[in-house]
Amino acid sequence: MKQEQHTPYKKRSQMQEIARRFVRNKQAVVGLIMLMILILAAILAPVIAPYDPLKQDLLHRLKAPSAEHIMGTDELGRDIFSRILYGARISMTVGLIAVSISCVTGCVLGAIAGYYGGMLDNVIMRASDILMAIPSILLNISIVAALGSGLQNVMIAIGISSIPGYCRIMRASILSLRDQEFVEASRAAGAGSFYIIYHHILPNCLAPLIVQATLRIGSAILSCASMSFIGLGIVPPTPEWGAMLSSGREFLRDAPHLTTFPGLAIMFAVFAMNLMGDGLRDALDPKLKN
Amino acid sequence: MSENQNLLEIKDLSVQYVTVDGTVHAVENLNLTLKAGETLGLVGETGAGKTTTVKAVMGILPTPPAKVPNGEIIFDGRALNRLSAKEMRKIRGKQISMIFQDPMTSLNPVMTVGEQIEEAIRLHNRISRREAAKRACDMLETVGIKAERAGDYPHQFSGGMKQRVVIAMALACSPKLLIADEPTTALDVTIQAQVLELMKRLKNDMNTSMIMITHDLGIVAEICDRVAIMYAGEIVESGTREHIFHRAAHPYTQGLFGCIPNMLDEECRLIPIQGMMPDPTDLPEGCRFRPRCPHACDRCAQGAPLIEIEPGHQVKCVLCEKEA
Amino acid sequence: MAENILEIRGLKKYFPTKAGLLHAVDDVSFDIAHGETLGLVGESGCGKSTIGRLTLRLLEPTDGQVFFEGTNIMQLDRKSMRQMRRKMQIVFQDPYASLDSRKSVFESIGEPLRVQRIYSSKADYEKRVYELMDMAGLAHRFANAYPHELDGGRRQRVGIARALALNPSFMVLDEPVSALDVSIQAQVLNLMEQLQKDLGLTYLFISHDLGVVKYISTNIAVMYLGVMVEKAPSKALFERPLHPYTQALLSAVPIPSIDVHQERIVLEGDVPSPIDPKPGCRFAGRCRYCRQRCREETPEMREIEPGRFVACHFVEEAAKA
Repeated sequence: MKQEQHTPYKKRSQMQEIARRFVRNKQAVVGLIMLMILILAAILAPVIAPYDPLKQDLLHRLKAPSAEHIMGTDELGRDIFSRILYGARISMTVGLIAVSISCVTGCVLGAIAGYYGGMLDNVIMRASDILMAIPSILLNISIVAALGSGLQNVMIAIGISSIPGYCRIMRASILSLRDQEFVEASRAAGAGSFYIIYHHILPNCLAPLIVQATLRIGSAILSCASMSFIGLGIVPPTPEWGAMLSSGREFLRDAPHLTTFPGLAIMFAVFAMNLMGDGLRDALDPKLKN
Repeated sequence: MSENQNLLEIKDLSVQYVTVDGTVHAVENLNLTLKAGETLGLVGETGAGKTTTVKAVMGILPTPPAKVPNGEIIFDGRALNRLSAKEMRKIRGKQISMIFQDPMTSLNPVMTVGEQIEEAIRLHNRISRREAAKRACDMLETVGIKAERAGDYPHQFSGGMKQRVVIAMALACSPKLLIADEPTTALDVTIQAQVLELMKRLKNDMNTSMIMITHDLGIVAEICDRVAIMYAGEIVESGTREHIFHRAAHPYTQGLFGCIPNMLDEECRLIPIQGMMPDPTDLPEGCRFRPRCPHACDRCAQGAPLIEIEPGHQVKCVLCEKEA
Repeated sequence: MAENILEIRGLKKYFPTKAGLLHAVDDVSFDIAHGETLGLVGESGCGKSTIGRLTLRLLEPTDGQVFFEGTNIMQLDRKSMRQMRRKMQIVFQDPYASLDSRKSVFESIGEPLRVQRIYSSKADYEKRVYELMDMAGLAHRFANAYPHELDGGRRQRVGIARALALNPSFMVLDEPVSALDVSIQAQVLNLMEQLQKDLGLTYLFISHDLGVVKYISTNIAVMYLGVMVEKAPSKALFERPLHPYTQALLSAVPIPSIDVHQERIVLEGDVPSPIDPKPGCRFAGRCRYCRQRCREETPEMREIEPGRFVACHFVEEAAKA
């Protein structure tokens, strides 16, 4: 056999390829920029915000947008722009933490169900079916009602209600991958279960999970806002988009800007996440060339 | 033979697929004729452009990405590529039908097989539902399935039986031309033998012409009158069965015969064709087989036209140019 | 006769289904000698792939033993089985599904070496992977490529290189060329023949393509519906098939020649269901020599001539035809 000189093997970075594919996708880049704006707004809120979000000024209540207050003021004279900036902090936190809770729990449960099968699979999947059968808003309300309102409990509630999605994705990926020939080839080489899960199964089901997670951040923000809207989420003075919508509702006719701007903020965040999620899904698939 | 005896005539047909990675020249300047009652074998490997060619004839190319920059398809005296979508629909299924490779996916799983054949009949004939149902049962009997199974769903049939149903559907309107795209590739050999036998019989009974796409030279030997060998979007050799099997002239055709293990030969050695199919977005200049050809020389860079080396036997190779 | 590398005794694999027990492999026994290639042929669903997997213990059999170099691998514990796996490898049919789309060619080929911790030095490991690529005829520039960037022939070469990584003495080739085009198929077949010669490998070659099997095999075993019906030296089997099913199977293959015309035995009907099969000969329902006895008594494999085994009650009669 011919002996060739060879240079040491250098792995071509897959991250670079993913980044390259992502950057070529215009929608995804727009989503990323929107997300960066949101994150910056949340981090730099104390610097950018022209006013204290909690400071009331009853003399200037319900003012329409003007040079002083670019988004106007609310029913207690607080600056809406500042409140939206601070609200971004809460929304981002809720989104990330709620998704982390559901993602981790869902994946572990899904992996157990998919890999071991049998009775355990049945129990886990039926429990998740039950969770899915209850309208998520109702589920959130009951969990918050049981635990009490507050940021932390809202996050837990939203986290729990979206566990089944991850659970199903994880289980389905494992089931379809478990019998693939490359997994069999790995077993034929003598690899154990742990090696196979870690080296073959996880990397292959990461893509749908990441995409699901990104998309769910958007809906978590939305759920949090709706919880606040019905008065079960964030307690009043805290600036939160949903709560702002809720309190602005009474003034819908006279001062529509009270609801317009928080509404737009929610839309902006959810839209950014969805664009990102779609872009990631395409970028993470090595079969889609370029 | 005079021109008007040709049932199908493809003149200078080119098909391109426009993709982000470049334009794929799937078929280029292809000429092909098919006489009434004749069976033509279209042979080639994956990506040779066989399926694209017949899809162009059927008018079912996905456009975009497919594009037909030039060429004419004359079927029974009419230029198919000039017909409107509506006129084409009348021809499709009625005069030309197609059988696809995978019988599992060419039947609708939520309709009974009887209904599906019935539908094929009623699309082109103004007859009552009852009469169509009766004809559907007759068709099933013709392909060797008992008429009482008309009420069964596709999943209740085995692969070979499903392909019989597909054949019944394709022949339901007695088309003049039947295009079969690897109809037996998904089937086991003993079932393949049954299906081939059936197709041969029906073709003769109904006097249908047929284009049989296959990569299996054994099937060609069994069922085809004439053969066209395709490589990278072009016909490299065409001729009668005898021409191809006894006096193959193109190095690619010769190479194909060297690649198949022959069951009857005592001590055969396989002589594989070196290299791979060329990238369809980046085809070599001149003869496309040149990079893999054992006889390649300088003149191949220009390429050769399809020339007739004996009556009815055409080859696209510079080696034959010399002899001609 | 050479010493046997593999002896299979009474192998059975039943899969429970909703409709009943699916007899995928039903009491199959055979031997493979050192350095030979046993071709295993049969139509889809006859259990040939299941046998391949049982042989390597990728599936646990319902019953039966597999002796590899004298050791019953079904009784090995996890650790010894892991050791044993170095000597027996598999190449799969679908060169796409058998490679992890997220692993580069280099990583895929090197996986068995990493799993078995063969090399402690990185340089040795890399050298071995490149050596394997040479053996499989893969240019080094593909080391970094991902499966979707390769064509079927090259992907299959990656699968072969991976199977060779641990220096096995026995390989199961499960339809290794069925998914490839004829011109590429011939390249891969020649490669496998060359490797067998160079490395002294023993093959169990599973295929439905009789031409390919004849080309590569020393002996051929024919399966029908979970049972083995005939086993014979390749040449003898093709010259004079004895079992009625083998006869029909061989006659069904279209010959790529217009000068030979063989008498075709067209089998009526379809392969019956492997779920809870009736007693007696499995082929009885489609056999032209079928008698009452065939429906009652399961025929055993009998040695008709030296090296030729047939499971048929009336083989003498069938052989005359």
